Amino acid sequence: MAKYSTNDFRSGLKVMLEGEPCAITENELVKPGKGQAFNRVKLRNLRTGRTWERTFKSGESIEGADVMEVDLQYLYTDGEFWHFMDPHTFDQKEADEAAVGESIKWLKEEDICTVTLWNDSPLAVAVANFVTLEITETDPGLKGDTANGGSKPAILSTGAMVRVPLFLSIGEVIKIDTRTGEYVSRA
Amino acid sequence: MWQPTASIDAIRARADMYAQIRTFFSHAKVLEVETPLLCSTTAMDPYLDSFSLSCGHFLQTSPEFPMKRLLASGSGPIYQISKAFRQDEESSRHNPEFTLLEWYQPGYSLLQLQEELLALLFLLAKGATAVSWGRDSVTCRTYADLFESSIGLCPHTCTVEALVEVAKQETGFEGELTRDSWLDLLMSHVVEPKMPPGLLVLTDFPVGQAALAEIAADEHGCDVAKRLELYIDGVEVANGYQELTDGAEQKRRFEADNEQRLVNGVTQLPIPAHLVSALCAGMPATSGIAVGLDRLLMKLMGKQQLSDVICFPWGRA
Repeated sequence: MAKYSTNDFRSGLKVMLEGEPCAITENELVKPGKGQAFNRVKLRNLRTGRTWERTFKSGESIEGADVMEVDLQYLYTDGEFWHFMDPHTFDQKEADEAAVGESIKWLKEEDICTVTLWNDSPLAVAVANFVTLEITETDPGLKGDTANGGSKPAILSTGAMVRVPLFLSIGEVIKIDTRTGEYVSRA
Repeated sequence: MWQPTASIDAIRARADMYAQIRTFFSHAKVLEVETPLLCSTTAMDPYLDSFSLSCGHFLQTSPEFPMKRLLASGSGPIYQISKAFRQDEESSRHNPEFTLLEWYQPGYSLLQLQEELLALLFLLAKGATAVSWGRDSVTCRTYADLFESSIGLCPHTCTVEALVEVAKQETGFEGELTRDSWLDLLMSHVVEPKMPPGLLVLTDFPVGQAALAEIAADEHGCDVAKRLELYIDGVEVANGYQELTDGAEQKRRFEADNEQRLVNGVTQLPIPAHLVSALCAGMPATSGIAVGLDRLLMKLMGKQQLSDVICFPWGRA
């Protein structure tokens, strides 16, 4: 893998730090007029999502990380791994629970997800901003109650729980904003 | 991307600032001079990187060397508004091509020069809306005093091990540095962010950071570099020296710079022989200072980044 000097540091660059794949989020040159220059860098650990702050001597090099983002189709889970497929090459990848993370609540078979690959294996899975899922459990719908703002809990086909308007019933398909986990509309 | 990043107001403010500076020095009987930007030698500082051209000449990191050759030729007090160039220095507060105001006052002490600098700043602030600088916006501290109050160590006498330990705690940095670079790390990462707002004049630097300044004992009998730095709201804006006049000592410092360059793995440079000859021929005792005009204008206008005051910064030049 290529090495990157502090001169190459820019937001989005993927590098290895203490054995962990990271993405640079901020890079600030700190240079006393006549003195040694430093780069104060913020990095997001791609595995844990945590932000690290580190200072490098300007001109120092660090290892690049073999990280890329690909769009893969979710196939199924066997309970231990979640299986994805490249819709063009039919190449399959398996992601563990840590990689799937919060996305587990919104993963529906055949949906396309953005999967971050590190050394060719899934590091993180991001679902689309909006997904459509079926209601599998909720209290009976109240006919005609479309104007009042009341809501009730509903369980979706993935097991996720969201609050939905009172008029919705089991079997209906709804649109969810995965960034907030909120109901948007009927699909 | 073809448009300027600076507003027309900022471009006008720059022209006004230059006009005020020229009037100020004309009244003070300081002569405006012009010296070459492309020279056969350049600054030797191990952490400055000059642009070098294929013809063997260097774009100057400041007009200091030729201006000192004028002083040694009997020019008397001189000033210059000049472009300066430093490779790989690009950030919201650095542009590889920038503008310096540099002036020299033969016979002045560093304190007299500091007074002249403040008089100029107060004058420029009068016409500015974003700042109101006066006597009570100025804090004067020695490097040791400020460093010790923030880090708890005396920068002149503490051990390198003590610096390394504090630096690790405060910044998490690990690596090989020289004593002065550990000081730079702590200054830039810990001390500067805590500097008082307004104008801060810092004097009496560690001897390792003397560069082209005289070394003399301070009131505690400790050797210090007769150097001053002006910070505005924690941003370094000016750097002045009680200028070193000893040609032989200057040559030794240049040679030491080249040795440090070798250790750092950067290009060794030709010794600036014309400057050494000028000093050996005799330069009067002089205080001199360089002011970063882009940063000064940024502060006068209450802006946060250089691109607000430079019409075409590096990325658009």
